[in-house]
Amino acid sequence: MVENKKYVNKYNFAFIDEATKKEIRRKLLKAIAIPGYQVPYSSPEMPIARGWGTGGLHVTLAIIGADDIFKIIDQGSDASVNACNLRNFVHDMTGVKTTFDTAEATIIQTRHRITEEELQANQIFVYQVPQPEPLRGVERYENKTRQMHGEADYAKMWVSLYEQFITHGDIMLGAGYPVKVNDRYIMAPSPIPRWDVPNLNHSKAIHLFGAGREKRLYAVPPHTKVEALEFEDVKFHIENFNGTKCVKTGYHKAFLDELYFDDGSKHFLINDSNFLDKLIENLQPVQHSNPYLNQIEDEKN
Amino acid sequence: MGYVAVKGGSDAIHNSLELVEFYRLKDAVQPLEIEQIKGQLRLAVDKVMGEGGLYSQEYAAIALKQAEGEVFEAAFIIRAFRTTLQRRFYSETLNTREMFVKRKISASFREIPGGQILGPTRDYSQRILDSSKAFETIEDVKKFVEHFKLSVDETQLQEIIQYGKVIDLLANEGLLKPINPKEDRKLVDITREAIKFPAPRSARLQMLARAETGGLMAMGYSSMRGFGSVHPTVGELRYGQVPVKLKDPSGRIRYIGKIEVTEAEMIASTSVSKKTELPSYTVGYGLCFGQNDTKVICMGILDTTMRSPDASMPANDQEFVLYHTEGIESMGFTNHLKLPHYVTFQSGLKNIREAIERKTANPSQPQPEPSKA
Repeated sequence: MVENKKYVNKYNFAFIDEATKKEIRRKLLKAIAIPGYQVPYSSPEMPIARGWGTGGLHVTLAIIGADDIFKIIDQGSDASVNACNLRNFVHDMTGVKTTFDTAEATIIQTRHRITEEELQANQIFVYQVPQPEPLRGVERYENKTRQMHGEADYAKMWVSLYEQFITHGDIMLGAGYPVKVNDRYIMAPSPIPRWDVPNLNHSKAIHLFGAGREKRLYAVPPHTKVEALEFEDVKFHIENFNGTKCVKTGYHKAFLDELYFDDGSKHFLINDSNFLDKLIENLQPVQHSNPYLNQIEDEKN
Repeated sequence: MGYVAVKGGSDAIHNSLELVEFYRLKDAVQPLEIEQIKGQLRLAVDKVMGEGGLYSQEYAAIALKQAEGEVFEAAFIIRAFRTTLQRRFYSETLNTREMFVKRKISASFREIPGGQILGPTRDYSQRILDSSKAFETIEDVKKFVEHFKLSVDETQLQEIIQYGKVIDLLANEGLLKPINPKEDRKLVDITREAIKFPAPRSARLQMLARAETGGLMAMGYSSMRGFGSVHPTVGELRYGQVPVKLKDPSGRIRYIGKIEVTEAEMIASTSVSKKTELPSYTVGYGLCFGQNDTKVICMGILDTTMRSPDASMPANDQEFVLYHTEGIESMGFTNHLKLPHYVTFQSGLKNIREAIERKTANPSQPQPEPSKA
């Protein structure tokens, strides 16, 4: 019997056609050459909804090879539903090995966190970015923000930080705290908590950012200066967990999730699922090192 | 442990997908055939093709079936499918003067060349729920179609004619605004590169052609009703089949098939900037796959409004119109709010708690009332 092949699709390796993958890689090279600059790209539709990690997927699928080992986290967790869905998709379309182990992965895609474990030179860190434009809060028009970046005209941004300080006594930006890259472009680090921001500075890994819906790619190359915006007298600081500890490990130098148990009691748990697992198994993962983290006292009771 | 219980995500997804398939089929009735959807849900198929950006009734019908009739979702499936297809050719410009016209109306003149042809439209139907549709049988369908065909005397049919356009009448009289020589006439492909602003008209019209009908209608209506100044007249609205042609590598133009489109040319008067300038009309253009009058009319309005940028009118603002009527993107982002955001939320929570602590610790500072924003 002759099979009806009409609806049989064989997808290309990594789903996207080669011409488009090439285009994305070219744009990524441009992004790496101009750290923090937002490069417009085609952003083809994915079988994943806009706003659910399409930009990160474009980057991952454009750069992934058969030998890569892929890890994906969402809000720090390998097991979050959306991370599972995207991991399955990447695996189905490439057949690459996937892992939860941060140290083993060659490509790590993330939504809203940098791993606690330090990244290495052989690793590429891929961010899913909802809003690539750090100036969107102070200027709604894309046409104008591009011009502001071109002229390094960041006055509106600084004024907004100042106004927040005057009103609330601090810069009220939380996740997605704006940074200046390589002394030039102000960049949105995607909604990672302030805790993670210093880990971008002089990182050994390549950091690639994909904003699918807004059709922009940008990058922080390895060993690049990344500074959180701050004033001489009003400094950037990371989240303060005020001596609270992880309910499972007693560890306190990691970003903690605030949990409410069934009895209504409040507890904290290490957010990064792989880091937590490694601590529990006493594997002693090597953490990022930065001045903010180093300030937190080592209290080993 | 509440929200962190997203652990076991893969199982949850698997079970959810099983359940959604069960919901689609649980009544265990005869499954819809693709031919039925193509035939009897023709307008939904047209919407899916238009917003999905792929002309294939068959694939659009499959997507509609798969999505339980959700047009957004079906159009999204088609867009994602489209990504897997390589762009190999660009067609020659469609010539809608070659249209095999099925419907052709003008609101600007009582009589137009070739006459007003209503064609298939619900415009003058009474929207009364026809409960007899509940008992329609295949015999009824066959009977109706046979009867309808018998009522047409094929010997009396005219040959297929191509009609002149209403806007030609205006152009010949010099009433249409001449093309602005400074207009950016660059032809971009919005599926291959991100749109940049100010966007050339080719990019704007492409965005509008794939935009969501409801979104376009909201914007177009806003301009007519009070938040804008364009209240145009339908110069001509056409629905029919147009030939698609390609240039082959040897340079020969080849006919590859025909597609159904709806086209609107909306006539609006233009504002005159100089006293010496003569008043004139301008044409707002709309074209989409299949039959969708609402969409092309609103495209025509928005084509006109976006040519006169004015931040006080939402419909005149390119960035506002084009970004926010893109159905696939706005649907995706709206629904992404359902993803966990506890890290982001925690980060903001820390700020708010600290700000409250500072204010209560230092009452000398003026205390703004909470939740005034």
